[in-house]
Amino acid sequence: MRTEDCLRELARHRTDEVVIAAMTSAVLWPTLSGHPRDLIYVPSTMGGAPGLGLGIAMARPDLHVVVLNGDGSMLMNLGSLVTIGEQAPPNLLLIVFDNGLYAVTGGQVTPGAGRIDFAAMAAAAGWPGAHCFAELSAWAGAAPGLLAARGPVFVQLKVDPAPGSISPPSVPMTERLARLRAAVDG
Amino acid sequence: MAKVNVTGIADQLKACGITHVVWVPDSELGALERHLDPGIHLVRACREGEAMAIAAGLLLGGARPVVVCQCTGFFEAGDAFRNVVKDLGLPLFLVVGHRGAMALAAGKGRDSAARYLEPILKAWELEYRALGPDDSPSIIGEWYAETRRRGIAGAIVVAE
Repeated sequence: MRTEDCLRELARHRTDEVVIAAMTSAVLWPTLSGHPRDLIYVPSTMGGAPGLGLGIAMARPDLHVVVLNGDGSMLMNLGSLVTIGEQAPPNLLLIVFDNGLYAVTGGQVTPGAGRIDFAAMAAAAGWPGAHCFAELSAWAGAAPGLLAARGPVFVQLKVDPAPGSISPPSVPMTERLARLRAAVDG
Repeated sequence: MAKVNVTGIADQLKACGITHVVWVPDSELGALERHLDPGIHLVRACREGEAMAIAAGLLLGGARPVVVCQCTGFFEAGDAFRNVVKDLGLPLFLVVGHRGAMALAAGKGRDSAARYLEPILKAWELEYRALGPDDSPSIIGEWYAETRRRGIAGAIVVAE
């Protein structure tokens, strides 16, 4: 399945969640959503999106937070699965797009590509909900329930390899953060 | 050799209205855990770069976090620190254990971690205040208030 099709399903069911989009998702998500609660996390610190989402989720338990992460980024900060498992924020959904590539750097293969069971890792780290989907129809059917589920919820989406590129949005980060703050404080 | 005044640090964090301590403990600051006010939420991160990202999210959500780590972890967290402070422009506040600082000051230090910290703080443009064994912990509250007033990141460097 294609990353953009998975994101399209998410966009269909998303309501007022904060959505943090990193790496490939940061390129594709703005083509599907212009919601003021979107945070296109570019430039980022690679692997930092789950921590960023955890922080927002803990500070604002009244919000629901969705983090869109890449598999290379997840590998760079696997410990965040443990940290989030311990903190157990009920309002956090972490989605990892697993294509086995460092997509935005030209498509180099990631360590353990195709063999990593991220969902099993999340479950082992104490996440109450951890799921893996390889078929779009299955993801499309499960997405509404997972968006509404008590978290933390982890989703691994096995998507097609597709090298891409990334560049910062034209709107400066400071303006994006101000828009997000206004959207969640309003 | 004098020990780090962890009760004084804990009192200052409470007085500053800190809501979350996000940390990877070291052998000196680790004692802080027993003295933290129960109203402060302790977040155990797996590495220091992760702690920076978590603190960034907490700041975006309106909380008042502090990152506590050793200088070695601060070195490791360089890109996360850069992203949070320079890209996101967030006023991150850190308490950094300066491993080997007291030995270095006594002319006995051979720990490169002790020598590297201050040049790196300067290179990374992070303003800081030093907290030595004979200093009043009130430096923490004063510096935290100043960083908030100026909207900048800042660190307290605790001699170990």
